Amino acid sequence: MISITNIAKGFSDKPVIEGVSAEFETGKCNLIIGASGSGKTVLMKCLVGLITPDAGEIMYDGENFSHMNDEAKKIMRRKIGMLFQGSALFDSKTVEQNIMFPLDMFSHDTRAEKQKRVDMVLDRVNLNGAHKKFPAEISGGMKKRVGIARSIVLNPQYLFCDEPNSGLDPQTSLVIDKLIREITTEYNITTVINTHDMNSVMEIGDRILYMYQGKKEWEGNSKEIIFSKNEKLNSFIFASDFLKDAKDMRMLEVSGKIDEKRNMDQLLNG
Amino acid sequence: MKIFTRFGEFILMLKGMFTKPENWRMYWKELMHQCVELGIGSLGIVSIVSVFIGAVSTLQTAYQFISPIIPRSVIAQIVRDTVILEFAPTITCVVLAGVVGSKISSELGNMRVSEQIDALEIMGINTKAYLVLPKILAALITIPLLVILAMTLGIWGGRFVGEVTGILPHEVFDRGLVEAFVPYNVKFALVKAYTFAFIITAIPAYFGYNVKGGALEIGRASTTAVVSSCIIILLADYVLAAVLL
Repeated sequence: MISITNIAKGFSDKPVIEGVSAEFETGKCNLIIGASGSGKTVLMKCLVGLITPDAGEIMYDGENFSHMNDEAKKIMRRKIGMLFQGSALFDSKTVEQNIMFPLDMFSHDTRAEKQKRVDMVLDRVNLNGAHKKFPAEISGGMKKRVGIARSIVLNPQYLFCDEPNSGLDPQTSLVIDKLIREITTEYNITTVINTHDMNSVMEIGDRILYMYQGKKEWEGNSKEIIFSKNEKLNSFIFASDFLKDAKDMRMLEVSGKIDEKRNMDQLLNG
Repeated sequence: MKIFTRFGEFILMLKGMFTKPENWRMYWKELMHQCVELGIGSLGIVSIVSVFIGAVSTLQTAYQFISPIIPRSVIAQIVRDTVILEFAPTITCVVLAGVVGSKISSELGNMRVSEQIDALEIMGINTKAYLVLPKILAALITIPLLVILAMTLGIWGGRFVGEVTGILPHEVFDRGLVEAFVPYNVKFALVKAYTFAFIITAIPAYFGYNVKGGALEIGRASTTAVVSSCIIILLADYVLAAVLL
């Protein structure tokens, strides 16, 4: 579990996140949602140590990450996997070399064992046969899957995904969501996902943190979000008429009244 | 004030490079890769520039020698000393500042913008040590060798042109080459080579590593890196000449 207390960060005297506290549970997909500029990427970068927060504490399973020295942070980071928005694959390396890289750097396994591990994770993300391809030769969805494969190759305890579905079509987004969900439960890792994809929110949002102008505005799960009366959250999540209708349908479905509505529609439409 | 901030950041970057490598073998591999990229990759341009500089030196020195009192072998002495003292280390390194400097700066800038550096940091790798240090070490290994090559090819270019144009027969040129030769000049040229090697890798690495923004900023960083490196090379050239000669 990752818990954060009163995290604050500003740039040039302008606060970007203010007093955010939350808990991200193990074995669950914890989502950070919010409009662009709401501070969710800065919060994630604070969580992984790419940005040092101005105030607050970050605890990884009881270990205080904020108070660790650089060497301890480096060791801690080996337990962390991260999928970046743009995948951040090394251009000059093939898919196989990208995934092999963390193993080459930190593992004492034999070459054959490392190769077996690479084959296993590539198989896990359904990318068999892409070993020798360069990042420039594969699609956006495949890049994300390679990014996931690279981030799980060292068996991390914590997985961070920064907008995993950005730039992907809805079908590929579903595949990525499903993959993240499966990996989270299969390896029992703490997954934190930054997203503004409403499909992801509904499909994999075990725990949702809504950020608004750098502050935590709402916290709950994908069922609670439908019934939430928070206006800011509702106007963010259910922004279009289509999504509002979808929300109504989901509310009926969750409250068990969906069949009643379907019968009524059938009666009305003859 | 900005220049002091940048200088401070530069020093911190250099300080940050010196930590225990996460994996010696991987660092060694990266060093060898950089030696090939920077050293072997620059062989062509260094060879072409050196041969032509030597050739032009012979022609222009001969053009200015109109007195029949001065022996023609002096042309070879002048070509030798100018190539060893100035052209081989300084001109080669100014050219390399463009070739190698822009490459380093844009490579690191692109890695920064596309979050590849962040990805390495997340893995627990000291990116300054893994990405910058091997480039500087590779330059310190290969650039003095390239400068020695440039000296040889520059002198050979001068000798070849002297022979082909009939300005200076090769027997006279060879005699002039060994006359009044000061071995210290080669040492001085190598001191320059090591100094410039550091400048043309560390400065572009700093600008590339600290890029913020996108493609436009990568281009700007690359230009700034090359211009700054060239100016600092020329300044260092003057300081070294004033102190060591």
